[in-house]
Amino acid sequence: MTVGTLLEVEDLTVWLATRNGPRKAVDGLSFRVDAGEVFGIAGESGSGKTMTAMALLGLLPHAARTGGRAVFEGRDLLAMRPRELRDVRGRSIAMVSQDPSTSLHPMLSIETQVTEHMRHHLGIGRSEARGRAVELLSTVRIPDPERALKAHPAQFSGGMRQRIAIAVALACEPRLLLADEPTTALDVTVQAGILRLLDRLRRERDLAVVVITHDLGVMSAVADRICVMYGGRTAEIGPRETVLTHPRHPYTRGLLDALPHPEGGAATLRPIPGSPPSLGGVPEGCPFHPRCAFAVDSCRAERPDPAPVGSGHRVACPPDPLGGTA
Amino acid sequence: MTTGSRTPWRQPLALVGAAFVVLWVLVAVLAPVLAPYGPLDQIADKLLEPSAQHLFGTDQLGRDVLSRVIYGAQVSLPLAFLLVALSAVIGSVVGAVAGFFGGWVDGTLMRLADLVFAFPGIILAMAVAAALGPELRNAVLAVVVVSWPSYARLVRGLVMSARNSEYVAAGRLLGSSSVRTMIVDLRPNVAGPVLVMAALDVGNAVLLLSGLSFLGLGAQPPMAEWGSMVVSGMDYFDLWWLWLYPGLSILTVVLAFNFVGDTLRDALDPRTARAIRG
Amino acid sequence: MSVLLEATGVAVEYHRQGAAPLRAVDHADLTLARGEILGLVGESGCGKSTLGRAVVGLQRTAAGEIRFDGRPVAPLGLRRRPAGMRGLQMVFQDPYASLNPRRLVGDQVGDGYLLGGTTKAEARRRAGELLERVGLPADAVRRYPHEFSGGQRQRIAIARTLAAEPSCIIADEPISALDASAQASVANLLVELVRELDMGMVFISHDLSVVRQIADRTAVMYLGRVVEVGPTRQVWSEPAHPYTKALISAVPRADGGGVLPVELPGDVPDPSRPPGGCRFHPRCPVALPSCAENDPPLTILRDGRSAACVLAK
Repeated sequence: MTVGTLLEVEDLTVWLATRNGPRKAVDGLSFRVDAGEVFGIAGESGSGKTMTAMALLGLLPHAARTGGRAVFEGRDLLAMRPRELRDVRGRSIAMVSQDPSTSLHPMLSIETQVTEHMRHHLGIGRSEARGRAVELLSTVRIPDPERALKAHPAQFSGGMRQRIAIAVALACEPRLLLADEPTTALDVTVQAGILRLLDRLRRERDLAVVVITHDLGVMSAVADRICVMYGGRTAEIGPRETVLTHPRHPYTRGLLDALPHPEGGAATLRPIPGSPPSLGGVPEGCPFHPRCAFAVDSCRAERPDPAPVGSGHRVACPPDPLGGTA
Repeated sequence: MTTGSRTPWRQPLALVGAAFVVLWVLVAVLAPVLAPYGPLDQIADKLLEPSAQHLFGTDQLGRDVLSRVIYGAQVSLPLAFLLVALSAVIGSVVGAVAGFFGGWVDGTLMRLADLVFAFPGIILAMAVAAALGPELRNAVLAVVVVSWPSYARLVRGLVMSARNSEYVAAGRLLGSSSVRTMIVDLRPNVAGPVLVMAALDVGNAVLLLSGLSFLGLGAQPPMAEWGSMVVSGMDYFDLWWLWLYPGLSILTVVLAFNFVGDTLRDALDPRTARAIRG
Repeated sequence: MSVLLEATGVAVEYHRQGAAPLRAVDHADLTLARGEILGLVGESGCGKSTLGRAVVGLQRTAAGEIRFDGRPVAPLGLRRRPAGMRGLQMVFQDPYASLNPRRLVGDQVGDGYLLGGTTKAEARRRAGELLERVGLPADAVRRYPHEFSGGQRQRIAIARTLAAEPSCIIADEPISALDASAQASVANLLVELVRELDMGMVFISHDLSVVRQIADRTAVMYLGRVVEVGPTRQVWSEPAHPYTKALISAVPRADGGGVLPVELPGDVPDPSRPPGGCRFHPRCPVALPSCAENDPPLTILRDGRSAACVLAK
């Protein structure tokens, strides 16, 4: 499936301004995304996963600073001028967010919203744009696309709105789609439809998708490779099956154990004790050590970097307590 | 309200506002001590320019303008406080009843409020004051008549949104009666915004009262009231000290209460006090 | 086991100006025994929350009967709720909206005792005990809700209901507004309390996997109606209603298998104009021609299971 690397992120660091000065929301993150691949970034709220997407899109809040590199099709997104970045964003890189009721404009017709970027970025005329919009809406399986163009977002259900938001994102045939919790606000049967749609798009259009979610079930369904983030850092990164069936980082293990067990039975859920660190509250050493059952002295002192443990599998846990069970 | 309430008071305008409010209240309380002469004493020649003897000059009847301005605070401020308190209490009760019971009770009370809102405040106050007769007491009543509906609307909105809130539902499920709910659960939510509105309204009240007096419908001569002082000063327009000092008094009181009201709003807003979640 | 809560043929209508009334709940049945956790699942708009609110009396019903402890539940009016109904309490979804931002936590938790007739000091002391019981520091009584995280607030809201010494709790999506790490611990707390205090609980949720984990029985709602009820294990292993089946196979599993969940085609119909016949038939993969005409009632099958489908055996 690997045709070539589309996006290469190296040592990405994001500082956000807080009352107590700048704090790292993302700390030394590295990963690559290949064309036609679904790459998953998993983590709890505050893990830095959304800030990663915002940094790639140049949509960080004011007073935020970035470090490292994010090379997309040979150019560093982090070093681009706002003008250049605006051109890339919306054209080569598009985004789908969690809540389609806020990402779509409530007062504009679907036609305006789907064709706006096409006409701006591709410089095509109204009728051509309209024809492509009809095609796009039928690609995302909106029934009766001709009529849908004249409608407004409020006339559609949440699932249909998310499909329209995806159509808007696809308008300029981007190479990379960043989907931040694209199904979190949706019901399961609707979620299933959106996940299938994303999977089909990547196969049919060779579209690379970065899915950001806290839901490991969603990860398991669509992602080829997964990066698990904690406290702004990579805990574990590797192929889907390896990470989800043989996790080597205690945090990944904990996340999986906290899920309701597929066969029921246990009657209670097993949460990871404690709660994730807040911005600026990331402890010294391994960010996970205060909640980790396997923590040893060195975990409190040294901040571990992801190290290779298998084919394409890197884990930031030097003691490697789960290594034997793999 | 615990940690965030300190910062709004550090703003320069807040400090200036608070300082002027304190100053004017002190002036009103200490008027007999501060004023060199009585407000009605004709102690000197007419229309003297400001001098060391008479800092603000004297008026057409030879009264000391400084003393009259100082005594004016004793007229305007207590009346303003009284009528704001009256409007706030009447308006809040009406609004709370309307918001809580809804239906025809709400409809009737709010149409009444709309009726008042339909006219510009000063015009309606003039009409009421004129109908009751030109007297300071009637002017106060007139201002109350025009200002209660704002409180009624505010409180009704707050009560209605709080009434449908889940914490009120939870309280009702625990066995709380509607009256207890209104007092225990809704009062703290309503008190803050009403206080803010009242603080902002004190300035308005001073202005409306002076306005009515200026139009001859409020305080009558020879009473030392700022509005009527301005209007009698207007007859001698080039003798600026006659109208400038009472005018400045009105201006500073109105601005000071506005600044303080704005600051109160910031300080009582739970959003500024709420911890920022990471 | 004795029946604690029973709802039969409950309907709830929303009246809208210039439109036909919307039946959010239509002929729904539920029973709950003491010591039992009933999971009530369904997708948004199916009426599960409305049914929950109707059961405690927060929502006026258009038809049907609700009995708690043998007594009929009357909708809440302007008067006080009868003392016998205090045993029926509700935990709301959003702990930011269900606690008064301007009242001390201790006062809100103590309300239940105070209204039960204890003194103010006593209510506050026991509120402190309750807060400790749900895993919060005792000094929480003197703090305001905004000083707590979402998970902690939900614990406060749970403590508040406990002050009324309830025998039945309706929990309306009690964990869906919380962070992932808080979800599990709050769900565990509720389960623990139900077992320890021998209460009954209706756990309303759109998260099927959580319900599967904690509920003794599961009820599935579709478009205002309960379409299947039964012991959780059986409902999951062999769903009797095609909708239940679709719902279960749409849940993605975190097993690393890369299996895409099964899609249920079509959208949920407008509840103000439900389809004739069986409400699920336009989306049902196994619908018979007769399904467009006959609306099947919830029928008892075996082993305590019921389903509203002609094909269910």
